[in-house]
Amino acid sequence: MALEDLQHNFLTGPLEDIVRWARRASVWPASFGLACCAIEMMATGGADFDIARFGMEVFRNSPRQADLMIVAGRVSQKMAPVLRQVYDQMMEPKWVISMGVCASTGGLFNNYAIVQGVDQIVPVDVYAPGCPPSPETLMHAILTLHEQIRTGEILKRRHEGRPVHIDGAAELWTPEVPVAVRVGTPK
Amino acid sequence: MTSLSSTAPPGVITSEALAADLCCFPTLEQYVDLVASFRADGFEMCVDLCGVDYLEHFDRWLPEGVDATRFEIVVNLLSLSKKERVRIRVQAGDDAPKIDSLFALYPGTEAMEREVFDLFGILFTNHPDLTRILMPEDWEGHPLRKDYGAGRVPVQFKESPGPR
Amino acid sequence: MTDSNVRAADRLDLLTAETSEGAQELQRRSSTNADELGREAGAVLRLDGLTLDPTSIDFDRRDDETMIINMGPAHPSTHGVLRLMLELDGEFVLRTKPIIGYLHTGMEKTGEELSYIQGGTNVTRMDYLSPVINELCYSMAVEKLLDIEIPDRAIWIRMLMSELNRISSHLVWMATNGMDLGASSMMIYGLRERELILAFFEKTAGLRLNLNYVRPGGVAADLPDGWQDDVLVICDTIYARTFEYDELLTGQPIFRNRMIGVAPLAAEEALALGVTGPLLRSTGVAWDLRRAMPYLAYDQVEFDVIVGTYGDNFDRYAIRLNEIRESIRIVRQCIEKMPSGDYRSQDPKVTPPPRARIGESMEALIHHFKLFTEGFQVPAGEVYSAVESPRGEIGCYIVADGTAKPYRMHVRAPSFVNLQAVSLLMRGGMMSDAITVISTIDPVLGEVDR
Repeated sequence: MALEDLQHNFLTGPLEDIVRWARRASVWPASFGLACCAIEMMATGGADFDIARFGMEVFRNSPRQADLMIVAGRVSQKMAPVLRQVYDQMMEPKWVISMGVCASTGGLFNNYAIVQGVDQIVPVDVYAPGCPPSPETLMHAILTLHEQIRTGEILKRRHEGRPVHIDGAAELWTPEVPVAVRVGTPK
Repeated sequence: MTSLSSTAPPGVITSEALAADLCCFPTLEQYVDLVASFRADGFEMCVDLCGVDYLEHFDRWLPEGVDATRFEIVVNLLSLSKKERVRIRVQAGDDAPKIDSLFALYPGTEAMEREVFDLFGILFTNHPDLTRILMPEDWEGHPLRKDYGAGRVPVQFKESPGPR
Repeated sequence: MTDSNVRAADRLDLLTAETSEGAQELQRRSSTNADELGREAGAVLRLDGLTLDPTSIDFDRRDDETMIINMGPAHPSTHGVLRLMLELDGEFVLRTKPIIGYLHTGMEKTGEELSYIQGGTNVTRMDYLSPVINELCYSMAVEKLLDIEIPDRAIWIRMLMSELNRISSHLVWMATNGMDLGASSMMIYGLRERELILAFFEKTAGLRLNLNYVRPGGVAADLPDGWQDDVLVICDTIYARTFEYDELLTGQPIFRNRMIGVAPLAAEEALALGVTGPLLRSTGVAWDLRRAMPYLAYDQVEFDVIVGTYGDNFDRYAIRLNEIRESIRIVRQCIEKMPSGDYRSQDPKVTPPPRARIGESMEALIHHFKLFTEGFQVPAGEVYSAVESPRGEIGCYIVADGTAKPYRMHVRAPSFVNLQAVSLLMRGGMMSDAITVISTIDPVLGEVDR
């Protein structure tokens, strides 16, 4: 994330690298804490697990100013349209981390009241398992996202769904079809 | 059981209760008067009001003289001055359960009665604002009833016996 | 799902319609009947006939003079997904209506499908800031139904963990309260202190949050070796830092101006609304279940019940700060007086055998299998059992029908009832006071919505 990542020096580096560096070095999360995972998200922002070192301590309350929506907690049927509304109000480029098992798959609550996975409503980039995921897990998810930003195409629009190549990935990856980037699971 | 310093008025069936000092079983007509008499007797707070759907456990134990119905309302009262608790169980009806609201006596029951209406479908007369509180406004059905499924999504390798 | 052919304006209408909650929302004054107006205006406590006071602040307002504003569920200061509809006259709040249900998880329905051993995992996620106390409430209710005794060490371990949980919950409250008022450094300090306690939880139970530790029959595991030193470090550090918070907040003029005299609550109003916990104690009523109806071993430890005078925001802040100190006092006594012995009941029908014995004894294997697949049977009956959580009285009403799963499990959540005081407390105040009111009521939406 520092300047030595760029292939060339500052003046001649390709534009894409600079833009990607800028994007991943200051991803601003929209505060979308719902339940217990929100407390762990706050703990990640606290002093012990500081995410300010990644440039992310500003939890923007207005979705217009946010880049990343960390869906932290269980999404109920009543909350689902609100979630979609907040997601739609965010400006491109935007990413979604689904934090915790309740947001990823419905978790412990397989019943009438909880949406079984927030990827039924918004396209998700990274899933972080855990109930709640400890701050280390959340940071690993964030760093995985930074890696995706670092190697992804910047001029691709999310809706067009053109596949994107990540160096070293076995298959092609599109944001509309989430790859299960299982944090912490060895290959 | 500690001895309760106040007792229910005559005509109301009572019994002992676990972790409460008294359990009363009034009829629908006796219900509000009974609660009012407890309130006048020093039970300043209504701690909890909830509903139970006895569809699948219809033959639960009830004292003599109490006719079991499908829906039951359970009210827990607390006296801070006497440090006592009282439980009141009312049989609310089978098909179209309807009961008086305790809002005039204990304004704190407003949200609790709305929740019982939302999740069980029991109507409360004289409640100021009987609308759904936990489910979305256009939801159909009352989720905590026993004939309302849990809404499980089938999951691989997990055998779910489902509700009884 | 978005369709790129839908125009932005149509999408906005669609989403506005989807997020509207119809009759649950605050309606215009002209379309609200007198009973409900009286309730929202705070006349709820005039029990004899409803007449709006002519000098009341909201008596003579036409619909177009006021504004109905939505403080939506996704809001930084609402302590979770609470939606508030406010009727504003400029900066002053006239009526408020909280709309909840955005975190409704069907936990009571799920509770009917999980066995009594598994029930703790469900209940612990209701009030996610004090999970140990939720589990304690549930386990005590089940133990009353089973009519079993648990060993002394289990009781004292439960008390130790409950008080540590109370400290961590109040620290989160102080952190978020500071954040709401603008003192963002308080957020960092509160979370930093809390990490000490969470590290101890992780050492004992394996999890930082939502620890499935207190179970019917005792606790899941014994305290680790050397726990006295760990807990003493926690006590000393946090106790010293509460005086730093005093310097940061209590004497500071801006903080005092925003909290003193704001949103006072009277004792009669609190009792009528069923409010418990620090909110009730701030009005002067000295009601704490740990002192009035002692459970666990609270009658064998010394602690004070902190009581306020005016029922305003500052009283509630001071009560929570001092409750941290009182809890530290209780924790120190737990360290001294912790008895030795079993950490869970030895009744084989209720408690699983130790894992090491499964390979040796056939009965142990069978018991383990039965308990974890089917669970233990609880005789038919019903019980309501309550404990004191950092937010008030949390009670669990269980109806058992003789099988291995509860027939009905209902949790009386303190925040659900305390939230009814929101309309009363915000009335007549300013918009910025509305934030502090929600903050000092300290709702946790997980238990409000369940």
